[in-house]
Amino acid sequence: MTGFLGLFRRLEGPQTLGRGPAFWALFALVLAGALAYPLFSDGYTVGNTVYFFVWVFIALSLSLIWGYGGSLSFGQTAFFGIAGYGYGILTINFGASYGFTWIALLLAIGMAALVAALLGYFMFFGRIGGVFLGIVTLAVTLMLERFMAQTAGPEWRIGAARLNGFNGMSAMPPLTIPWFGGPIVLFADVGLYYVVLAMLVLVYLALRILMNSSFGNVIVAIRENPERAEMLGYDIRKYQLITFVIGAALAGLSGVLYTVWGQYITPSSMGMTAASLPLIWVAVGGRSDLTATIIGTLVVLSGFQALTIYGSQYALVFMGVLLVLTVLIAPNGLVLGLITWVTKRVARRKQETA
Amino acid sequence: MALLQLRDLNKHFGGLHVTNSVNLVLEQGEIHCLIGPNGAGKSTLFRLILGEHHPGSGQIWFADEDITALKSFARIRRGLSVKFQVPGVFKSLSVRQNLEIALQSRLHGAALDKEIEGLLAFLNLEAEQAQLAGNLSHGQKQWLEIGMAISLKPRLLLLDEPTAGMSPEETHLTGEMVRRLNAAGMTVLAIEHDMAFVRQVAQRVTVLHLGQVFAQGSIDEIVADERVAAIYLGQAHA
Repeated sequence: MTGFLGLFRRLEGPQTLGRGPAFWALFALVLAGALAYPLFSDGYTVGNTVYFFVWVFIALSLSLIWGYGGSLSFGQTAFFGIAGYGYGILTINFGASYGFTWIALLLAIGMAALVAALLGYFMFFGRIGGVFLGIVTLAVTLMLERFMAQTAGPEWRIGAARLNGFNGMSAMPPLTIPWFGGPIVLFADVGLYYVVLAMLVLVYLALRILMNSSFGNVIVAIRENPERAEMLGYDIRKYQLITFVIGAALAGLSGVLYTVWGQYITPSSMGMTAASLPLIWVAVGGRSDLTATIIGTLVVLSGFQALTIYGSQYALVFMGVLLVLTVLIAPNGLVLGLITWVTKRVARRKQETA
Repeated sequence: MALLQLRDLNKHFGGLHVTNSVNLVLEQGEIHCLIGPNGAGKSTLFRLILGEHHPGSGQIWFADEDITALKSFARIRRGLSVKFQVPGVFKSLSVRQNLEIALQSRLHGAALDKEIEGLLAFLNLEAEQAQLAGNLSHGQKQWLEIGMAISLKPRLLLLDEPTAGMSPEETHLTGEMVRRLNAAGMTVLAIEHDMAFVRQVAQRVTVLHLGQVFAQGSIDEIVADERVAAIYLGQAHA
């Protein structure tokens, strides 16, 4: 019991912004708003909102590996793609009955995690770090994209699933809940919204606990000074590998949800642009904090969406400018910078009135 | 009883013979200082002991175990600990968190908090516990790192220039810290240039010159040794 309560205590700590009743009241308020939102909207718009949520998991994976762990990975989109295609291949072959889509979701994430474990083993136990980690992961991502792009021919199939080259794989079944009166199919609508929202809240809280635990302490220590961390007796390669695998699993979850949402996935979801955009959301938000990462991702993503509607040519250019501005003005992230600034102001105001 | 034994240790960097057949025995419970001019191979010797470098030949024995092939973290877990020359604190974390990370593999909950309080008092850092380690003064960073190093309750503490950049008062305080640690049973091997510090703490001194053990003895013997004065002390104590 005490162990369980201990977990709750880890929901706040030095590694995550937000503590005390005020923060959790705000959290409850935002959650209540998110829960009530479909009541005031239509299914189509709610379905589009799910699209934004889908990307938050890959953003969180980057926050974990890069923001907390200090290793810049371009590989997240590779894991996104592996899991996305994995889900497609599994469900196109084995269908959606008996809740298999959920097993496929787990298996697909498992595939991404397994690839990350192999790749990570060679990188971390081979002591590849810093900029080379970025280069290796980027190479893997682009290789995978190139490979998938040339699978247009009919010979590229796994069972019933055609890989289909640049046209992408489609027509996989959405997540399906077996139910007594007939299965509930989660199309990009209110049902999927609640499922993804629940996952988001769970992942967010679980990551808060993880980062404020002794494991999180070591991860941050490795970012700050890997030599010192090792000389405190930690096998840093092991910690880096575990973090990398957890990050890959989260990116994989994004990939599966993306595939489920649009019943569609293409190699360009692993391309150069796809690999850089999450970096921008996370950098702009504030990579070293989970909350700032989520807010940043949702804000930048919806801004990007609005821009593509009004002038698609400029949206990517604007993203680049945003990244440059962030690096110049608030290298730790605009959202994180803003939150820190406001908290400092409030604290000072309190001190003055006291 | 010998705690650490370096047996015929050799290390080359290209054509440079930085560690040349070094034999060194460290007795359990002593404070041993390693001195020598710049480039004598003192820091390299530390890196060999810690497993950051691997010797070309020779063996390192710690507590009757050959640790030559062990990884750094495994050596630390056997009871070694180090304070680096350049303070290796976790800069964007608080002083308290720095200590917590060092202690958490050994202690949890209330016992952890109690140990942190004790360490903060020992290091004269009580007032700074909530500050980011990167904002500490140079001397305070050194102390914090010493605190992290001793958090592991090591049998052997390696100190690489623990008083570099410290004022004379800070240096003296550091010397007192080291002596208190030693009185509590910790064996200490320190690289140090500050002869006042060496005189304050050292029970035995080893002089390293061009990668070789040049002389060994008490501080008075070393100071009296004209050959040592010629290569090293002569410049400082002319």
